[in-house]
Amino acid sequence: MKNLFKYLIAISVIFLFACGGGNTKQAEQISKPPQPKKVVDPYENWQQYHGVGPVKAFTLPADIDQELATKGKEVYDAMCTACHKVDKKFIGPAPKDILTRRNPAWIMNMILAPDKMILEDPIAKKLLGDFNGAPMANQNLTEEQARAILEYFRTL
Amino acid sequence: MKTSIKINSLLIAGLAFIAVSCDQGNRTGNGALSSNIAEKVYIAPGERDEQYGFLSGGYSGNLTVYGLPSGRMFKEIPVFSQFPTSGYGYSEETKPMLNTSFGFVPWDDLHHPDISQTNGELDGRWIFANGNNTPRIARISLTTFETEEIIEVPNSAGNHSSSFITENTEYVVAGTRFSVPVPQRDMPINEYKSNFKGALTFIAVDPEHGHLDIKFQLIMPGFNYDLSHPGRDKSHGWFFFSTYNTEEASTLLEVNASQNDKDFIAAINWKKIEEYVNNGGGKKVPTKYAHNVYDESTHTATSTIKEEVLTVSPADVPGAVYFLPTPKSPHGCDVDPSGQYIIGSGKLSADITVHSFDKMLAAIEGSKFDGEAYGIPILNYDDILAGTVQSGGLGPLHTEFDGRGNAYTTFFISSEVVKWKLGTWEVIDRQPTFYSVGHLMIPGGNSRKPHGKYLVAMNKITKDRYLPTGPEMEHSAQIYDISGEKMQLLYDFPTHGEPHYAAGCNADLLVKNSRKIYRLDENKHPYAITNPAEARVERKGNEVHIYMSTIRSHFTPDNIEGIKVGDKVYFHITNHEQDFDVPHGFSMIGQGTSEILIMPGQTKTTLWVPQRVGVWPFYCTDFCSALHQEMQGYIRVSPANSSIALSWSLDE
Repeated sequence: MKNLFKYLIAISVIFLFACGGGNTKQAEQISKPPQPKKVVDPYENWQQYHGVGPVKAFTLPADIDQELATKGKEVYDAMCTACHKVDKKFIGPAPKDILTRRNPAWIMNMILAPDKMILEDPIAKKLLGDFNGAPMANQNLTEEQARAILEYFRTL
Repeated sequence: MKTSIKINSLLIAGLAFIAVSCDQGNRTGNGALSSNIAEKVYIAPGERDEQYGFLSGGYSGNLTVYGLPSGRMFKEIPVFSQFPTSGYGYSEETKPMLNTSFGFVPWDDLHHPDISQTNGELDGRWIFANGNNTPRIARISLTTFETEEIIEVPNSAGNHSSSFITENTEYVVAGTRFSVPVPQRDMPINEYKSNFKGALTFIAVDPEHGHLDIKFQLIMPGFNYDLSHPGRDKSHGWFFFSTYNTEEASTLLEVNASQNDKDFIAAINWKKIEEYVNNGGGKKVPTKYAHNVYDESTHTATSTIKEEVLTVSPADVPGAVYFLPTPKSPHGCDVDPSGQYIIGSGKLSADITVHSFDKMLAAIEGSKFDGEAYGIPILNYDDILAGTVQSGGLGPLHTEFDGRGNAYTTFFISSEVVKWKLGTWEVIDRQPTFYSVGHLMIPGGNSRKPHGKYLVAMNKITKDRYLPTGPEMEHSAQIYDISGEKMQLLYDFPTHGEPHYAAGCNADLLVKNSRKIYRLDENKHPYAITNPAEARVERKGNEVHIYMSTIRSHFTPDNIEGIKVGDKVYFHITNHEQDFDVPHGFSMIGQGTSEILIMPGQTKTTLWVPQRVGVWPFYCTDFCSALHQEMQGYIRVSPANSSIALSWSLDE
């Protein structure tokens, strides 16, 4: 009987190992001493973040396209003002002078894919905390509309 | 020893558990479990069903949407009943949907859904359903899964042989179960015979928008028109109605309507009548019925009372109406996918009667009649009979088809589904149902192309099938796999209300068209605000209109003053979200109506008449974000004679 027991235990151990790629990793993680992380403030290092989403890093042309900015204001007024005031913190931050704090691609990605940004982008994650845990709503805008809003922000 | 056995069993169980957990994630369904019935209905988390099933809710007045084969309920679509979950029938926009010639009727008995067709195949545009009690037909969009139109049916009562559609959705047809005086008048009940009439109503469906318009009513003898089905393919252009009470009894029908050995299936050549009507035939008679249309761009319904309907007497169109003698008070009247066989289920019989469309035409051609009833020729039973299914069951009710030459009939009294072969009439298989099955549904089963994989039996009696829930229980349904020679019972699931019939289709027919949001820039609601800067409060006498918007997670405005006791306060709320599945709700303390649930981009209105002075809160009823609990506001209510000015604000 005793032998049978030992046998069963041995088998179960084998099974545990056979199945448990994940388990082993977990064990390793636990045994590792916590690595001291260098604290980096994503706000200060904003220039390295272009956000996650459909828009890749790009440079804005020097001149402001007034026609595009006017279109952008229309979309902004209809779709964004429930939570954003131009020069005052409201539900979300004010867009005035935003290009001194964020890259153009980051701004467009935040408009187009806020749900993804708050999970994956360090600045967006920090903003969520700073703004009371209120996640930005995805207003299902097109890339053209987001670009127009960005142009409008340049005029503020 | 006993202990060690226990420990041993534990160990073995543990091993088995480990083995099973190991296997998860790479299970493909081809393993040893593939013969397991459970796997046929198991839809893994995150995966989706193959088919939609739309089950009527019977006395719930609504339509329920299920996934097949899992039997999971996805939605209840309000049709004929007020529905506090969404505010349907409570909101100002949807109250007109339930208007009738009798005024506001907030309930009905929804019986027979039918999906629109093109060339005899399901096209997935709309689903139609009948209200049995206060005769009405509804059209529900399969893009929004919302009721878009309801038309009342005049001169009808017990709108039961409805709402079946012709194979290009030319008409949705509604027949009366109870015959009544036409037009209604004060007369002795015992003068029923030959004085009461049964109206069969052909409602034209606009091919582009689906709008409903009564084309004509055929005023038939005073029988009970129980169920109906369109001819299809070769018999397209005809419609068949089962009848009972050809005795024309007005009392104790249980006995008095079961005297004749045979009743009739009425065969109606609607193309012939349509032609007659298009050439100016028929008689316009005064009546009253409501026609209610919901406009998706204004999110608002309007109700119009119509005052005239075109009636046709069978005598006016010779060769358009015939009676097919059918034994024993037939219930189901079903046409096979080829259009050749018309199946009458004599509910007091053991056998199923099958008429031949070809033989029917030949008998008409040869003028071989066996008498007449109220001038309508009766064909000779033996001349038109294709065959009889000697079922061995009791109480056949309803038949559908699998597209492989087989028919499936429910038997109410013997609680079973019987599979039989078209043409040879032999019984192939029979399976019990639990208990007392009414109708069954095979997705696409009443079109030219049934899907033929699953069959759903809708039972009238539940008894011990589920954990007990007191005297009242939901009805049970059973799903069978019918892809093989033998039917296989897969699963039991509870339904809602009392499903009398259902319609189903492949999921991909609807998934691609299902709407996710209403676009704000397409919102034409007269009280919509598409920009929170337009939020405001306006007074017109004692009417106050609040133009409000919502987004996660606040109302604009959320503080309002200057409202007085007795005001009629209309909250017009536009949801400014444009993301899928982010509704906001609205409810006001002490409001004598339901909440309203506003979908992204939508505007809804709810009325509140404040009764008491004070500061009263309102809040969002749908958990919309982590800050949902904060989504609230206050309204100050002052005495009726107060002079406090209207004011409104957010964060001031």
